[in-house]
Amino acid sequence: MHTAAGVEACLPIRSDMDLVWVRQHVRQAAARLGFGLVEQTKLVTAASELARNTLVHGGGGQMEARHVSSGATQGLRLAFSDEGPGIADLDQALSDGYTSGGGLGMGLSGARRLVHEFDIESTPGAGTTVRVTCWAAQPPRPREEV
Amino acid sequence: MSEAYSRPTTGHVPVLRLGDVLLVTLQGDLHDSTAQQLQQDLSETISRTGVRGVLIDISGVEIVDSFLGRVLAEIAAQSRLLAARTVVAGMRPAVAITLVELGLTLPGLSTALSTEAGMELLARQAPVTRPGGPRQESP
Ligand SMILES: Nc1ncnc2c1ncn2[C@@H]1O[C@H](COP(=O)(O)OP(=O)(O)OP(=O)(O)O)[C@@H](O)[C@H]1O
Ligand SMILES: [Mg+2]
Repeated sequence: MHTAAGVEACLPIRSDMDLVWVRQHVRQAAARLGFGLVEQTKLVTAASELARNTLVHGGGGQMEARHVSSGATQGLRLAFSDEGPGIADLDQALSDGYTSGGGLGMGLSGARRLVHEFDIESTPGAGTTVRVTCWAAQPPRPREEV
Repeated sequence: MSEAYSRPTTGHVPVLRLGDVLLVTLQGDLHDSTAQQLQQDLSETISRTGVRGVLIDISGVEIVDSFLGRVLAEIAAQSRLLAARTVVAGMRPAVAITLVELGLTLPGLSTALSTEAGMELLARQAPVTRPGGPRQESP
């Protein structure tokens, strides 16, 4: 049987060191939930983009990881939140190549392509929360068979 | 089941000199500041030694996000200005798939499947002509 141990967590995003912990946590959680290597890599990359946005644009915040399931399929839901300046024009922020700073402007739009579900909530002056969900392509095999 | 978090790479990444080429092996999870430090170390080492090539082995790198992708592209661009070519070798298939979906195709970056192939590529390429003629090593 497979448990949510080591999957659910709330991690601070305050420094580039924290970005490393966020990536490592997401990779291990995805591996435990039975994600394949490509799915793991996509989700960790999306998490890295979103966590960096939380840090750089949002002035720091946190990531919450939750285990979700639908029938036999396991999923990982991540929420990145900050209490920073927020985003006034979401469509603009989500378009490829738009950056308000010196970035490439691929983080937000790219992360959206890398996950199965993507949702962004932002209030100018109050903060931003981005929620993403990824599903393991196949239900994980029970431990006994391995 | 106990899993240890792998130690993130901090500080300086070692830069090895093999004849006319600088070899850098990236491993595990890199700090943003470590990647930026490497970019600076490489430009200084190229201009000090006058090497013609830089080979970056990323076979041990599990993810390349837009930050690391941009650092690699900037290393290639700054090396070119210092008359050295850069080859990124050993990208994992999952990383390549992810980069394309992220929208980061890094067109300015030369790649090779292995460090051996990367070395061959650097050896085969015609030497770059330096605008200022042969460089004098300062004492
Ligand atoms: N958490 C956030 N708080 C405030 N603004 C944000 C946040 N996340 C994204 N943005 C805004 O959306 C824009 C686009 O984000 P995106 O991640 O695509 O690009 P970037 O961070 O500027 O560059 P890159 O990620 O490619 O280095 C940002 O420039 C910023 O203006
Ligand atoms: Mg970004």
